[in-house]
Amino acid sequence: SRELFVLTYGALVAQLCKDYEKDEDVNICLDRMGYGIGVRLIDDFLARSAVKKCRSYSETADMIAQVAFKMYLGVTASVRCTSAAGNEFSLILDKNPLVDFVEELPAERASLCYCNLLCGVIRGALEMVHLPAEVTFLQDRLKGDAVTEIGITFLRKAEDRKHKRN
Amino acid sequence: MADEALFLLLHNEMVAGLYRAAEQGEGENGRCTTKLESMGFRVGQGLIERFTKDTARFKDELDIMKFICKDFWTTVFKKQIDNLRTNHQGIYVLQDNKFRLLTQMSAGKQYLEHAPKYLAFTCGLIRGGLSNLGIKSIVTAEVSSMPACK
Repeated sequence: SRELFVLTYGALVAQLCKDYEKDEDVNICLDRMGYGIGVRLIDDFLARSAVKKCRSYSETADMIAQVAFKMYLGVTASVRCTSAAGNEFSLILDKNPLVDFVEELPAERASLCYCNLLCGVIRGALEMVHLPAEVTFLQDRLKGDAVTEIGITFLRKAEDRKHKRN
Repeated sequence: MADEALFLLLHNEMVAGLYRAAEQGEGENGRCTTKLESMGFRVGQGLIERFTKDTARFKDELDIMKFICKDFWTTVFKKQIDNLRTNHQGIYVLQDNKFRLLTQMSAGKQYLEHAPKYLAFTCGLIRGGLSNLGIKSIVTAEVSSMPACK
């Protein structure tokens, strides 16, 4: 059940906080773990959802926000395109299940990105479908913002390839 | 359910991440197992609280162990414990022939030496659950042939 995952994640973050003094180190560690999960999760996702190949960045962002988030976290995010070039998007989460059991961040951990794992997961999964991207947290409910916002910036691919239908 | 995949992956990453960090640091494998176990302990305490909110009081130790084998295990691993044995003097052996966290790893003796790392968290889970139900315990795991474990 989801509670197991959320509780385990909480214990993991707590343990990492004990192991590393600097918030930055914890953030990096979470991101790296998330990446490892993402590269494998994408297989699971594609197998379960059998979606067609996405034809554009905005389709991909929608897919993540509506299908993937719903499948794994039980919530959907809304997508906003934040750049004219069409390669930067924001996923906005009203409800973040990962922080269900967290009341607030302790004072000395002010720059901890509690959900940094999510960023790593999205980054890893995208990279496995040949869409390198940078994923970061723009707003975080735990730090007092109104919503949780994740920013995805699709980086340009090294070679320009036409998408082939599988 | 998709959540399972997520938890399995997170668990594997946790084990890998902790051991990677240890290699770069002092290289003490024992500490990693302890860390995993204590994480499992915290999670177990939390989980058991939520599961037993509405259930009736347990009559005795055996009742508690049966609860762990059936309801608790089902909620966490989507199946029940296959075999529960006891000597009625405080020692219980829970046997799971297809332990969820090991099924993806191998179906025999391969990688046997790595199995204990993946069981540490679950041992902590059980210990935490029992401790919140008022039982002090020591939980150990034994794997003779994947994916079965005791």
